[in-house]
Amino acid sequence: MTEVVTSGKACSVNPLKLSPALGGALAFLGIDGALPLFHGSQGCTAFALVLMVRHFREAIPLQTTAMNELTTILGGAENVEQAIDNIRERNNPRLIGICSTALTETRGEDMAADLRTMRARRPEWGDLEVVYASTPDYGGSLEEGWGKAVTATIEALVPEGSATRTLRQVNLLPGSHLTAADIEELRDLIESFGLTAIVLPDLSNSLDGHVPDRHIPTSLGGTPVDTIPAMGRSVLTLAVGEHMRPAAEALRRRTGVPYRLFDRLTGLEPTDALVATLIELSGADAPERLRRERSRLVDAMLDGHFYFDGRTVAIAGEPDLLLALASFFSGLGSRITAAVAPVHSPSLAGVPAPRVVVGDLDDLQDAATGCDLIVANSHAGDIAQRLGAPLYRVGFPVYDRLGAAQRLTVGYRGTRQMIIDLANRFIDSAHHEHGQEAAGPGGTGDGYAGAKEERHAQAQAR
Amino acid sequence: MLKDKLAKAFDEPGCATNRAKSDKDRKRGCSAKSLTPGAAAGGCAFDGAKIALQPITDAAHLVHGPIACEGNSWDSRNSASSGPQLYRTGFTTDLGELDIIHGGEKKLYRAIKEIVRRHQPPAVFVYVTCVTALIGDDVEAVCQAATERLGTPIIPVAAPGFAGSKNLGNKLAGSALMEHVIGSVEPPTTTDRDINVLGEYNVAGELWQITPLLDRLGIRVLAPITGDARYHQVAAAHRARVNMVVCSQALVSLARQMQERWDIPYFEGSFYGISDTSTSLRTLARMLVDRGAAPDLIDRTEALIADEEARAWAALAPYRERLGGKRVLLYTGGVKSWSVVSALQEIGMTIVGTSVRKSTAEDKERIKELMGDDAPMVDQIPAKQMYAMLANREADILMSGGRTQFVALKTKTPWLDINQERHHAYAGYDGMIELVRRIDAELSSPIWADVRRPAPWDCARDRSPAAGISA
Repeated sequence: MTEVVTSGKACSVNPLKLSPALGGALAFLGIDGALPLFHGSQGCTAFALVLMVRHFREAIPLQTTAMNELTTILGGAENVEQAIDNIRERNNPRLIGICSTALTETRGEDMAADLRTMRARRPEWGDLEVVYASTPDYGGSLEEGWGKAVTATIEALVPEGSATRTLRQVNLLPGSHLTAADIEELRDLIESFGLTAIVLPDLSNSLDGHVPDRHIPTSLGGTPVDTIPAMGRSVLTLAVGEHMRPAAEALRRRTGVPYRLFDRLTGLEPTDALVATLIELSGADAPERLRRERSRLVDAMLDGHFYFDGRTVAIAGEPDLLLALASFFSGLGSRITAAVAPVHSPSLAGVPAPRVVVGDLDDLQDAATGCDLIVANSHAGDIAQRLGAPLYRVGFPVYDRLGAAQRLTVGYRGTRQMIIDLANRFIDSAHHEHGQEAAGPGGTGDGYAGAKEERHAQAQAR
Repeated sequence: MLKDKLAKAFDEPGCATNRAKSDKDRKRGCSAKSLTPGAAAGGCAFDGAKIALQPITDAAHLVHGPIACEGNSWDSRNSASSGPQLYRTGFTTDLGELDIIHGGEKKLYRAIKEIVRRHQPPAVFVYVTCVTALIGDDVEAVCQAATERLGTPIIPVAAPGFAGSKNLGNKLAGSALMEHVIGSVEPPTTTDRDINVLGEYNVAGELWQITPLLDRLGIRVLAPITGDARYHQVAAAHRARVNMVVCSQALVSLARQMQERWDIPYFEGSFYGISDTSTSLRTLARMLVDRGAAPDLIDRTEALIADEEARAWAALAPYRERLGGKRVLLYTGGVKSWSVVSALQEIGMTIVGTSVRKSTAEDKERIKELMGDDAPMVDQIPAKQMYAMLANREADILMSGGRTQFVALKTKTPWLDINQERHHAYAGYDGMIELVRRIDAELSSPIWADVRRPAPWDCARDRSPAAGISA
């Protein structure tokens, strides 16, 4: 049983936690023609913006209600209204996703009621959708914010009541730990069974890194707003990650669409579970292509596990990301010697590690001494250097490598790719540092013989 | 109390823009215009304060607030250190809901204690944020108590984000230094050629492009404020003979206050561009001699300038042919809107526009001097319009900050970073050579021709689809 402990420090050192509003903005950016708006001081927006730009290497449309001391005390409804007017004029979005911040939540506002009053007063806003997500800093981290934005969108746009089901349509609610490439992979997988999917949010064509043929002052793509109400007519919702449960639950409550929650989709077993669900739903056979992909993953596991066996891995990440990664490494024979999450979550109990610390990257550093690999976001770069261990960059933000959004980590193909990348990394570090420790018990020759030859050559050179 | 500080920050006799304002405008501060809900851009006062103080490398910088302020921003600034790394560690009290309800003072005190115990820094800077200002935490009292009990200077920085813009934060950081740091210790030694450089944050190591020049003249930077500084250097900055203010908007108030309290004369200068570097060195030499340095400093400075300028222009000469006639859109602000212009013009480049949105009247005069009365000064260019300009190929390269980077790239236009976040140093003579080298490399990248080719499906229909396939 995993023991979950809280780091007892008053001072968070090298924080792992991000603001939930940032997670909310990310989710809104997966809706087509959307513009996220932070209800807070302009710095709240600037910091989140810079971090997202560095991660995605894209212009990020994100605005602020620019609260100051006075407007905070008097209440910010006027600023919100003014912001919506200005955004409409300059960016003309289809949807504005408002995320609150600690500043406006500390003062306390009934934004839902304020927005209703505004809408009634402003018929000229027309079909502009305004969604409000309450995302104060003190309520979680990136995953919570993402989940809350999706829940808020469902509650605002999907009509209540059970409608006629569209038999071959499912909903996909991907968690914030999935990349743009992951979302595309899952959509393709679902469609390969002859089903259609409404994906919310869909980063796969908004933050995937592409060059539009004109200037777009909102999100570059994503879930079309007009398809969101139809989520109530799907036969099933597939939710990925525990933090998507509230959104799936909200949809079920409103429309009766049942959901199946996958706590992760990296690895053979979880992918099998998803595929089994799709077979059951569609009544179709698994496509030949998919069968080959599964077989290739099994082969990669057979070839690759030698390099994972007995390796010690330290991981820090948002709870569902941590769960997915820890399960992946542990499933290939590695030991998770340190696991750190920024906040509590039911997911932490399932992390295959003796202990999970709810804390920061400083806690990771304390626990990671002597490990073979560190798995965390780019902020852990210095720690990895200090400890002399390689860093495998995951999660958010990843700003010192290209392609964070394009990396595939789910399904048979994604899992295979991760095994190959990481096995190669273990081979590299073994060559450089440990010599003969490279080979697993199978002694495939790649590591052991290679290292031996290298030392031999060095000896001769002397 | 914050209100008093703000009023003081907004009344700056050392600032030309401020002097020109009416009393009413002055009270509104420097940036009231930019804070339009739904149409605002840029950092907050806390951001500005952190930018100005974090480069003190051996100090700890603790952010007292909820997670967004530090969690979303730490490890994102590019000031380089020649030694200590403590400044790069992100410290925050990461206030939770209960802390906010009950007040965060106790947690703040414990956080300070943890930092002092574990790292023994020479000082801890404590940054007030919006939420801790709103709930009324008495950060100054906590810092004072901690200073007394822990025997380490704990310095409150009262620049909550909602007080205003980044620029205001720079100023408030200056007042924190004035109130709590500068003059609190004596330097181990002094010389008659000691200076401080204010507003230089050693971004990408730019300070290190200047210090070798100063070394050759025997001029010592007593305290860089604050790029690559050590706390005790800043604390002893009051013994310098001359203050040089770069990035004039930010720390001119601090320079003025230091003049009032310790009689240190100051001037505003720049190390961007060849002639400005020379002018700055000349001014430094003259002012130091006025304050008692040996007069030969002036001749030695002239000799160094002659040497360095000749070397720089010789190094730039080969680029004249390659870059002559290329059109630059300069989208930056303040000093950089003109300081690099002369060098670019000298190698034959055409400036199709230079933005003056953050420039002072003086900056604008300089642009006119360089480019004549019809200088292509532009104000803020909305993203849409800039996209259209670049897509129509009205400029060959955009030089700007990260904010407009993707406007250029998405139109397949070469782009060069010349703002805060850049990774290359462009100061002094060598910096200018580096800048031109980078412009050349960017313009001559082979990708531009390749990415601008049409996709195969957009090619003319009359071309055989099987062209190139032999029968």
